[in-house]
Amino acid sequence: MAQTTQATPAATPIAEPPRPEPQSGATLAPPGAYPSVPMGFFTDTTLCIGCKACEVACKSWNGLSADLFELSGDSYDNTRHLNGENWRHVKFIEQFSEDRSDGRWLLMSDVCKHCVQAGCLEVCPTGAIIRTEFDTVVIQADVCNGCRDCIAACPFGVIEINPLSKTAMKCTLCYDRMQSGLPPACAQACPTHSIQFGTIEDLQTNAAARVEQLNTQAKAEGRAEDAYLYGADDSILGGLNSFYLLVDEPHVYGLPAQAKLPSKDLPAASGIGVAGALGMAALGVVAFRKRRMDEFAREGDRGEGGDGFALGGDAALRGEEGDRR
Amino acid sequence: MSFQTFLLQVAPPSNTWFTLSPEWGWYIVVYFFLGGIAGGAAFLSGLLDLLGNRLDRAMTRIGYLIALVAIILGGPLLIVDLTRPERFWHMLWQSNSGGPMFKLYSPLSLGVWILIGFSFFVVLAVAASLADAGKLPRGLAALGEGVLGKLIALGCILTGSALAGYTGLVLTGTNRPLWGDTAWISILFLLSGISAGGAAMILFGWQRGHPGTVRWLEEMERYSSVLELIVLAVIAATIWSIVRIVWSGAWGAILIVGVVLLGILAPMLLYARPRALGTATVPVAAILVLLGSFLLRTVVILSSEAV
Repeated sequence: MAQTTQATPAATPIAEPPRPEPQSGATLAPPGAYPSVPMGFFTDTTLCIGCKACEVACKSWNGLSADLFELSGDSYDNTRHLNGENWRHVKFIEQFSEDRSDGRWLLMSDVCKHCVQAGCLEVCPTGAIIRTEFDTVVIQADVCNGCRDCIAACPFGVIEINPLSKTAMKCTLCYDRMQSGLPPACAQACPTHSIQFGTIEDLQTNAAARVEQLNTQAKAEGRAEDAYLYGADDSILGGLNSFYLLVDEPHVYGLPAQAKLPSKDLPAASGIGVAGALGMAALGVVAFRKRRMDEFAREGDRGEGGDGFALGGDAALRGEEGDRR
Repeated sequence: MSFQTFLLQVAPPSNTWFTLSPEWGWYIVVYFFLGGIAGGAAFLSGLLDLLGNRLDRAMTRIGYLIALVAIILGGPLLIVDLTRPERFWHMLWQSNSGGPMFKLYSPLSLGVWILIGFSFFVVLAVAASLADAGKLPRGLAALGEGVLGKLIALGCILTGSALAGYTGLVLTGTNRPLWGDTAWISILFLLSGISAGGAAMILFGWQRGHPGTVRWLEEMERYSSVLELIVLAVIAATIWSIVRIVWSGAWGAILIVGVVLLGILAPMLLYARPRALGTATVPVAAILVLLGSFLLRTVVILSSEAV
């Protein structure tokens, strides 16, 4: 069991993403869209305090309805999982000894990973799921027809049907705000800088520095150097535009150790299927030959006559064609 | 045990354990079943059309009709299952450009076009075979003759096998437990579809079709059943750590009793002993094959949904 709740040093401040200058002198004018470069989230789970401000800000900005209040029994987590109405989900993971004298909390604000190779986008049969100029993945609610294939395709369990729109929904990384030069609502609301927003390049640099900082501190205190980044490089689906700093195995946070594109096994499955169809067609020919042999044997036993199968029915067919002529 | 507590204690057997269920229920189960019958019946009828003789034509006609009726009944279920069914056409046309909506790596998109191609060939084949039997204007019989007839039969074979098999690709092309863990569901559904299509042809045609045609269908049933058992064994052997969880309890019991014993082994026994139940032997065997095919899709789809 791990040590009691560790004190975490403040995160390295992250540079604000570059913004274009306002188009006019009007001070209230929106600052304009962010530049079209890959952007995303870096979520430092060691800084999360479980306040759920991100969940509230997300629902508030995106007009998502509140859940019916229901106690889940899973620690302070009554959101339970991401779905069509909860695009942010703060996970409360309790790691305590039997007598609860020793332990720690792991807190993590989960969200769509905006994968560089996105399974949902790949399988969507309507083209409702698109990649934006910021390399994020967005579902167009007015195109989605609710086939739900994206739900099954997402390796992280992010997408579900929104009960009001009856379409698949998930985090858009506040695409509308980004087009106006505003950071996503959750990142803006996060009081501890656990959710950081910026260009992927900047986020990766800052995240690497933060891992080094935590592990250096752990080494100095004689603790395990367990901080690492999940999804920051291209090892998972070509990279996750929303990546995490974790201090335990991915499955503890409800994340797969590795994720696959839904299409990965399709060539093999198609090949096996085609081989099966060809095999059955070949067996069909074998069955025809067997039938003809059986009929020959049967007619041989009877001496003559038969139902025409012995000659493959060709005689009957030729006879009929002869009649037509 | 809650999901989170489970994860804390032990890593799941597969990375597919972290996904959400698409809630594909009975509409999809029934569609996959009817699609299998339609595809299998068209595949077998196409083979009879191409390689058989005039005495096979009665059964060929029944097979094409079964394929048409099954797809007419099954196709709309796909639309009804959508949460926004009025937007089903978004799978056909791109709403922004007006061009056709096709994505090779989306099994659902692929399936839509397979369904359209299949319907095209089966309608032509039905028209030709009904005209051949004198039940439609005689001129339509030309569709079933010569090179055109062969092409239509070949179209039924190709699109029929694609229809029966793509439903398995839809499941493989996900990250759900069991479905996304094996590449063998497509061939499993293809073989089961051929079994079910053949069984439906035997059930509706064993008295109208020629005995020689029925014997050929029974032979095909034997081949597909044996291969189906082998594929099931391959799936169990290659992903046992997953199967032992997903197919535990009631799902495993339905699979073994309903699919393997009643749906595969019992019909094989009955086809081998055609007088075992008197005149009812052949139709009973066919009904059992259809039951097994339905239960196979029920188990494969709903057992994963239950994880």
